[in-house]
Amino acid sequence: MSTNDGYYIPEPSKWPIIASLTLFVTVFGAVNTIHGTSFGMPILMIGLISVLAMMYGWFSTVVAESPSYNGQVDVSFRMGMMWFILSEVMFFAAFFGALFYARVLVMPWLGGAGNNAMTHEVLWPTFEAVWPILTNPDNTAFVAPKEAMGAWGLPAINTLLLLTSSVTLTIAHHALRKGERAKLNLWMIVTLALGVAFLVLQVVEYMHAYDDAMGLTLASGIYGSTFFMLTGFHGFHVTIGGIMIAVMLVRCLKGHFTADNHFAFEAAAWYWHFVDVVWLGLFIFVYIL
Amino acid sequence: MSDDHHDHKPTGLGRWLFSTNHKDIGTMYLWFSFIMLFIGGGMAMIIRAELYQPGMQLVDPDFFNQMTTLHGLIMVFGVIMPAFVGFANWLVPMMIGAPDMALPRMNNMSFWILPFAFGTLLSTLFMEGSAPNFGWTFYAPLSTTYGPASTDYFIFGVHLMGISSIMGSINVIVTILNMRAPGMTLMKMPIFVWTWLITAFLLIAVMPVLAGVVTMMLTDRNFGTSFFEAAGGGDPVMFQHVFWFFGHPEVYIMILPSFGIISQIIPTFARKKLFGYSSMVYATASIAILSFIVWAHHMYTVGMPLAGELFFMLATMLIAVPTGVKVFNWTATMWKGSLTFETPMLFSVAFIILFTIGGFSGLMMSITPVDFQYHDTYFIVAHFHYVLVTGALFAIFAGAYYWLPKWTGNMYDETLGKVHFWISLVSVNVLFFPMHFLGLAGMPRRIPDYALQFTDFNQMASIGAFVFGGIQLLFLYIVIKCIRGGEKATDQVWEGAEGLEFEQLPSPAPFHSFTQAPEVK
Ligand code: HEM
Ligand SMILES: [Cu+2]
Repeated sequence: MSTNDGYYIPEPSKWPIIASLTLFVTVFGAVNTIHGTSFGMPILMIGLISVLAMMYGWFSTVVAESPSYNGQVDVSFRMGMMWFILSEVMFFAAFFGALFYARVLVMPWLGGAGNNAMTHEVLWPTFEAVWPILTNPDNTAFVAPKEAMGAWGLPAINTLLLLTSSVTLTIAHHALRKGERAKLNLWMIVTLALGVAFLVLQVVEYMHAYDDAMGLTLASGIYGSTFFMLTGFHGFHVTIGGIMIAVMLVRCLKGHFTADNHFAFEAAAWYWHFVDVVWLGLFIFVYIL
Repeated sequence: MSDDHHDHKPTGLGRWLFSTNHKDIGTMYLWFSFIMLFIGGGMAMIIRAELYQPGMQLVDPDFFNQMTTLHGLIMVFGVIMPAFVGFANWLVPMMIGAPDMALPRMNNMSFWILPFAFGTLLSTLFMEGSAPNFGWTFYAPLSTTYGPASTDYFIFGVHLMGISSIMGSINVIVTILNMRAPGMTLMKMPIFVWTWLITAFLLIAVMPVLAGVVTMMLTDRNFGTSFFEAAGGGDPVMFQHVFWFFGHPEVYIMILPSFGIISQIIPTFARKKLFGYSSMVYATASIAILSFIVWAHHMYTVGMPLAGELFFMLATMLIAVPTGVKVFNWTATMWKGSLTFETPMLFSVAFIILFTIGGFSGLMMSITPVDFQYHDTYFIVAHFHYVLVTGALFAIFAGAYYWLPKWTGNMYDETLGKVHFWISLVSVNVLFFPMHFLGLAGMPRRIPDYALQFTDFNQMASIGAFVFGGIQLLFLYIVIKCIRGGEKATDQVWEGAEGLEFEQLPSPAPFHSFTQAPEVK
């Protein structure tokens, strides 16, 4: 229904409860996969697929309704997306915080700084407090990598790819606003391709890291932990952003969106820029410094 | 309000499962919280029964630990927070003149995640090994290296709650920022709306950090990372830092909406305007901002550089200033007012006094050198129960009595309400006040047994607990009775009540609040 002021209040909907259920199935499957139960993986898969199906259904409903939305509904969506992105920023902040704390405080302490001389002396005498850590406090429980991940190979290329993709996406957006649909489609394809290229290179980099020659893994101490958790969650977010871009591309091709009504497109673009900014943080604090 | 299908409600189970109505969703939140109150309360009864005498009598120590853990988690995430979200759902649209919440479907999703999350959490009680037994603060390495297998269920349960809270708060913020009736400027908003706006901001800022810290736990437990493992270059103390970066704002998340509720109620029964409206707003905002830089006052004894201890001590003391402003304003509102003491007012006055006691014990603990003695004793248990039970929970009771007539159209039974209040008031103090002495004398928290000299105060506390627990059944009865019928409430409900919900909406409030934005002068 729509109020007399034109604000659209949806009729009762089955999507929210389906969404809750599919989320639950997913996490239930995830725990059981981790615990190695035989049904874990199948349930996780069912969960993930049903989450995607749910999102498809829910968003299709919204797309179908969108002609009855007024400007105020549009503002609600915009604000909602912005606050959601803020929550994502804070999620990454937790991992960046862990990185800084481990590196700036814990590492020197384990190496004997401050009043911790005895910690080093008695507990971890072989530990060398140099970042990236190449000798862990207990190097048999957590085998440190042989070398650190450099910044100027693949990561630098990846930086260029992502930065460029933000530019191409902006070009596409401008084209959309001017109603130049062919140009829009073209630059969306380029953006998506850049995103996919980024992910491919990221996989290559991980394979290189896990190779015995380097031996940088999730389990190789705090350096590996922070490296993979930060880049991994970032990669996961690029994947989500990529799916959004792909969906937007399909919708562009289908002729959706108009020059002045394309909130979904903008939301996806914001998300993509956010992922880009996080990468810059990663590139500086995980790779360069 | 001439819309003819104004009040057509969906019926049957679908009304609740598929709801997009802020009132129905608010009702579900409130009932959920109520049920959880009895489950968490039952666990508290087990704890107090075990502690009635020194020595081990009813449960074994591991089960005792599971009870303290689940009691804390349920009360924090399953009772106080959902209750406030329930209030926000019911009240924010009515108070700002909106038809509903801004994003009604997401609203329903935030609610329906909760039964799944808490189902998961409670199911750990029946799992092999044990339920989580490391305290509601789930410190590493108790929860990582030594945590039972069910900890992974707990972790995902927390993820679900986090998703629910984040979506809920996005909805609240967007509603407040975007759905106000014309003329309802920010500085005209009822204080309850203000406090929720700031609470929602805090939630969006810190729930993801909680998600981050449990994710680190998950990978430390299962995928070989070493965030909280010194052998790999991590640090268990880092867990505490990340946790309390979430945890301290979290305690304010649980108190700010109560400040809002109390600030609505006191003026009504004092028949005066709230004293110092804008200072209330600024105090709330500064409490929220400060709450980001005080987290390590929970960690004085764990080992920090001296500069850290000093910084966190001073910052913590600073937070008492805006809190004091609030207490001052409530008192000044009552000053020379024509006061009457209906149940909501009784709970509110009790809130002011008892919450302040909790604030004072907080101030004592904020002093680093003396906290070395208080830390992890019953003194801190006394502190946070004063702020959370006689603070947050009393505000919830006050708010429930205050708005029930508006929600149901019926007055609750005032006599029974007063009985509920007085018995709660006496028993809650018998329950928690002796804990101060126990703590000062050195009784540690989270231990199922104690030395003989602590017996008297423990028995007092346990007796208080049984009475306080029992009397809440009366509250349940009062609520049900009020929903079922009773003296009809007027539209304004209370003689001195102000605000759109009392001035512009009938009692009970119609299914859709304002289909047309009201005029706000
Ligand atoms: C004047 C304001 C306050 C001050 C100065 C303060 C100070 C403190 C300090 C220093 C501690 C740590 C004690 C220790 O572990 O040794 C503490 C614990 C705690 N406070 Fe407060 N507090 C204040 C208000 C509040 C409020 C409003 C709430 C919640 C509504 C709250 C809830 C808690 C909780 C739950 C704990 C215990 C956490 C645990 O389980 O370890 N406090 N407080
Ligand atoms: Cu605190």
